[in-house]
Amino acid sequence: METSTSQSTADALDKGGILKNKIKVLKKMYPHTRSVLLPALHAAQQLYGWLSEDAIEQVSRLTGVTTADVKGVVTFYSLFKTKPLGRHVIYLCTNVACLIMGADTLEEYLGKTYGISHGETSADGRFSLVIMECIGACDKAPAMLVNDDCHFNISMDNIQQIMESYR
Amino acid sequence: MKNIILKNIENPNSHRIEEYIKAGGYFALEHAVNEMTPRDIIDDIKKSGLRGRGGAGFSTGMKWQFASLDPKFPKYIVCNADEGEPGTFKDRVILEKNPHQLIEGMVITAYALQSVRGYIYLRAEYPHVEKILNDAIQEAYAKGFLGNDIMSRHFRFNLSVHRGAGAYICGEETALINSLEGRRGDPRVKPPFPVNSGAWSKPTIVNNVETYANIPYIVETSPKAYSFLGTRDAPGTKLFCVSGAVKNPGVFELQLGTPLREIIYDHCGGIRNGRALKGIIPGGLSTSILTPDMIDCPMDFANLARHGSMLGSGAVIVLDDTMCIVKIYERAMRFFEHESCGKCTPCREGTGWMRTILRRIEDGMADMEDLATLEDVAHNVAGKTFCPLGEGAAQVLLSAMKRYRGEFEYHVKYKKCEVTDPSLRWGHMSMDELD
Repeated sequence: METSTSQSTADALDKGGILKNKIKVLKKMYPHTRSVLLPALHAAQQLYGWLSEDAIEQVSRLTGVTTADVKGVVTFYSLFKTKPLGRHVIYLCTNVACLIMGADTLEEYLGKTYGISHGETSADGRFSLVIMECIGACDKAPAMLVNDDCHFNISMDNIQQIMESYR
Repeated sequence: MKNIILKNIENPNSHRIEEYIKAGGYFALEHAVNEMTPRDIIDDIKKSGLRGRGGAGFSTGMKWQFASLDPKFPKYIVCNADEGEPGTFKDRVILEKNPHQLIEGMVITAYALQSVRGYIYLRAEYPHVEKILNDAIQEAYAKGFLGNDIMSRHFRFNLSVHRGAGAYICGEETALINSLEGRRGDPRVKPPFPVNSGAWSKPTIVNNVETYANIPYIVETSPKAYSFLGTRDAPGTKLFCVSGAVKNPGVFELQLGTPLREIIYDHCGGIRNGRALKGIIPGGLSTSILTPDMIDCPMDFANLARHGSMLGSGAVIVLDDTMCIVKIYERAMRFFEHESCGKCTPCREGTGWMRTILRRIEDGMADMEDLATLEDVAHNVAGKTFCPLGEGAAQVLLSAMKRYRGEFEYHVKYKKCEVTDPSLRWGHMSMDELD
């Protein structure tokens, strides 16, 4: 009984079959169905914003990989989100190359201004902060991504302005 | 010196196929499929002495030969674009500005190995690069450089991008293959090596982005011309990506064996703000730190090994005298702890313990016994881990503790950092601005 309920809520999530069709196309890229799991999870995350139990259940059924196995994969990778995040996600790099250029000061600033530390979302739901391990922009450190936009050479002089552009 | 990899990148449209062809692009592929046998190509790559640019420096030609001699079919060609080693941003330049050189290199490799399928494993931290790569792949299909009848020679090769999802360990080739197969990125036991049993248990070549980008040049000139560049033991050019306390950070294409001094003072303009050099991490965070007296070390595999370090990915992080070694290695260990896949105990537990003790030292809560414990833990991790991640974590800490012993002891003795003047702290920023 329980299984059928969870199946129906998972089905309700993908009403138009958008994810189903996407995964069908993605499967053609690989010699084995199993390999479609990462692209399928990316597609689900893009569609729903994060990977809920229902989304995981649905991906599991569309790919034929067990739910437990899908969860194992989801939790291994740091960029799969298992809880809903704010409207804008700040990916701040604090690894050594950014740290020595002042990323710790920026982390402290974001904490003081928006009350968020790693993995948290501000009370108004505007920002979430994710601390990153090197985003490959060390020559323009400190660097961060906000959603999919790159911001380089951030300092105390311009961080406020950058944050203000995301409402 | 002639640029091989960064040629044409001043052109703002260098990522477009028309501009790449105008600059002589895809000529090497044409030459390869029309005038060379797969065996000729493998022999040429072997003769050129090209060594992998991802960090390990294994002979590319040998790797190809191993895969070629394995009778299993199909064979897979994989590009490691997971560039996760902290301090590294060299592949990003190729992916953004010169994607066709990577594609051409991969198609030539596919021809040499008679492979029909390839994947570019791209790290998720480069969201904008996925579009650039997909556009470039589409352009190459449209021109007949990819597809089912490449250059009308009945040669078939299809290529697509596979996105990672944020895991440093996936830069290790067997972990990358697991991730490509839709699994957790745990490394696999070797042997069997990927050249015999890689993706979907078939012979698989995993090469770095920069390695593939070298292939067209070797094929269109000659292995001899290539081996004139660089050193005898390590031919060719290398992308060095310099960050940290220099005036002019960035990516520089230089011959292997270029002295570190020349990179820092001639190409990067020296140390910024008139500060003094304190140390150099020469090849990414998992390579051992060098002290200022080692600045004349030529940047190649053998000479860096002589100084107890490694060329790694060519990611040079320059530290000046305002930067605290303990704080840097506390952060580094936090990174290793976070990225440890948890498969083997020494790495999973060891990185956590090392980070805890380093935190205690940084916070001024440690005593001399902690230093001994820290060293003891590191010695029990080094040489006992499943893959190079834990090994690197222990080695870099041990060399930092050896080379900057005084600084660790100062922290313990005086419960504070040697670098105390707040105006010097972390360069230009001061905490006062926060209030």
